[in-house]
Amino acid sequence: MTAVSVPIEHVLVLAAALFTIGLVGVLVRRNVIFLLMSLEIMMNACGLAFIAAGARWAEADGQIMYMLILALAAAEVAVGLGLVLQLQRRFDNLDIDAASELAG
Amino acid sequence: MSLELALFYLAALVSLSATVLTVTRTNASHALIYLIISLLAVALIFFLLGAPFAAALEIVIYAGAIMVLFLFVVMMLNLGRETVAQERRWLAPKMWIGPGIFAAVLLLELLYLIVGTEVVTSGKGVSPKEVGIELFGPYLLAVELASILLLAALVGAFHLGRRYMRARREEIE
Repeated sequence: MTAVSVPIEHVLVLAAALFTIGLVGVLVRRNVIFLLMSLEIMMNACGLAFIAAGARWAEADGQIMYMLILALAAAEVAVGLGLVLQLQRRFDNLDIDAASELAG
Repeated sequence: MSLELALFYLAALVSLSATVLTVTRTNASHALIYLIISLLAVALIFFLLGAPFAAALEIVIYAGAIMVLFLFVVMMLNLGRETVAQERRWLAPKMWIGPGIFAAVLLLELLYLIVGTEVVTSGKGVSPKEVGIELFGPYLLAVELASILLLAALVGAFHLGRRYMRARREEIE
């Protein structure tokens, strides 16, 4: 009865694996650029899960949620990269731990 | 039918290995190139899943616009005396072997999908028309909210970047 011949479980496993790789990247890397890239990987994995669910029931809703994730990713990257530039200007390196002081 | 599955698993393998290589690189430019390969592989999976519009958006917006933004910032942060020598080191020919192989695999899969007439996408796909009708019908409020989010991001990025650029200009002068 499925609309697609690719089994949805396998697509979801792939999405989970991509999400986990992104999560490990966020936890392990300390360079801000790599942190943002790992966040992109995680959001892309979420989009893959939505597309798989939309394809399973042949509905357009999955693709619409994917588009909203895309808008969110674009907004996040624009602000995140602006913060990267500020971090470079203030601390002269891209280590996220340099910005852990939170003092005025 | 089983051929479609083989194409899916090949693309999934390319995507997973490219993502692992992205996270483990020490050089930001190399990581970006692997990330673009990973996004292209995911776009191929979208196409296989019967979502051609999402596949096009993945390539145009994710692998295109967002990654170019990353590349701009990586290049901006490397302004300096030794930049030219560094770029030459980074773009050494042997660095292109890995991404080249991955991209060739994806290109072969895409060519196969385009040339093979009977297997284009699996099962019943969702056409861009259906997506558009849904998007501007029941999801209209979500579209408006997304546009407000993008406007806020535009203002925020302009604000953060402008201060950086002014400081840079003063440094140069």
